[in-house]
Amino acid sequence: MTSLTLQLKRWPSRQPYLFLTIAVAVWWALYQTLIPFSEALVGLLPVARDSHLGGALQFFFYDTPKVLLLLTGIVFIMGIVHTFVSPERTRALLSGKRLGIGNGMAATLGIVTPFCSCSAVPLFIGFLQAGVPLGVTFSFLISAPMVNEVALALLFGMFGWKVAALYLGMGLLVAIVAGLVIGHLKMERYLEDWVRAMQNSQSADYEHAAMNWGERIDSGFHHVREIVGKVWPYILAGIALGAGIHGYVPEDFMASIMGRDAPWWSVPAAVAIGVPMYTNAAGIIPIVEALMGKGAALGTVLAFMMSVIALSAPEMIILRKVLKPQLIATFAGVVATGILLVGYVFNFVL
Amino acid sequence: MKNIKVLGTGCANCKTTLKLIEEAVAAKGVAVQLEKVEEIKDIMGYGVMSTPGVVIDGKVVHAGGIPSKDKIDGWLS
Repeated sequence: MTSLTLQLKRWPSRQPYLFLTIAVAVWWALYQTLIPFSEALVGLLPVARDSHLGGALQFFFYDTPKVLLLLTGIVFIMGIVHTFVSPERTRALLSGKRLGIGNGMAATLGIVTPFCSCSAVPLFIGFLQAGVPLGVTFSFLISAPMVNEVALALLFGMFGWKVAALYLGMGLLVAIVAGLVIGHLKMERYLEDWVRAMQNSQSADYEHAAMNWGERIDSGFHHVREIVGKVWPYILAGIALGAGIHGYVPEDFMASIMGRDAPWWSVPAAVAIGVPMYTNAAGIIPIVEALMGKGAALGTVLAFMMSVIALSAPEMIILRKVLKPQLIATFAGVVATGILLVGYVFNFVL
Repeated sequence: MKNIKVLGTGCANCKTTLKLIEEAVAAKGVAVQLEKVEEIKDIMGYGVMSTPGVVIDGKVVHAGGIPSKDKIDGWLS
């Protein structure tokens, strides 16, 4: 028995391509059976399918595995992508790039480069050290936490691909434009002095060992364990909340303060409330789900979500070690303005 | 005696890395000098951008994420 499980465990690294093909097929088959599965499950329960509770249960049994499947799939792929794009490689790509094209590259690389918020400061200095311009570095620093795979997978699973694509596009836009603005303001002198001294100082290069496909798949699994293992309770809570409040709270409960016809200040208010709040993309999803379900406008909700993820008090405190207060204030101001515009544009267009 | 430094600003992954190395050291019964480097300036001095990083006898052997158990055992042998 143990030798069998051991064999199974080693199988992905022995036949990586076969494993990937089968994994994709199994994933796809599972995804196709979600609706019949949820209907069958509700059918087994002593609840009338067309009752309110029956509808809520079907929604819960359908949405939960759907979102978890999507999240697992996307996180697994990102785990593999991460083995190709290390922060060191990203830095080498961005080194010496000019404002403009560099900002676009930095924001895009921010999506695929492995990034943990506790590495923000070392990453920031490491980029400057290698001669990445300040504005380009900021584009990366804004995009990396905000436009991440968890946020995209959850938006995709819960609100469809259009909302996810809009979030991706707008997130990139905010990161690029904010970086450009900060770059043009020439704020290098507001870096802490010891950081300025390190600019363009060329650091030791650390070479990542080359990987084979077995190890890349391992990295995918590792990423799934780490991310999905951490966020599934939030997702469950979010979907349960979404299913639960359905019908109990009036549909237009939030419409008068956060809906399309809400006063102009609802977007800035949403951003202002979001800044001191600190949670990751998964933690915010239950709130987003509840707000959207109750008639809040998409632009206002996305602005709120972006400001919670991209701007946070703890992050500012860490950044204070390397930036002078003027630069932190500029950073927060520029990003908040960008998010504000995104909120208005969404509300206006949709 | 090997000198092992764990570079990290005190995030959860950094603490886990230190703990894993401590466990591996205890399991193997080898004598090492284990240090923790938490000051950003010092971490940057090693050219590591993604923490946690691991430095053995002055050479960076790992950066970004928790190292696998096999990798740690490899350093100690």
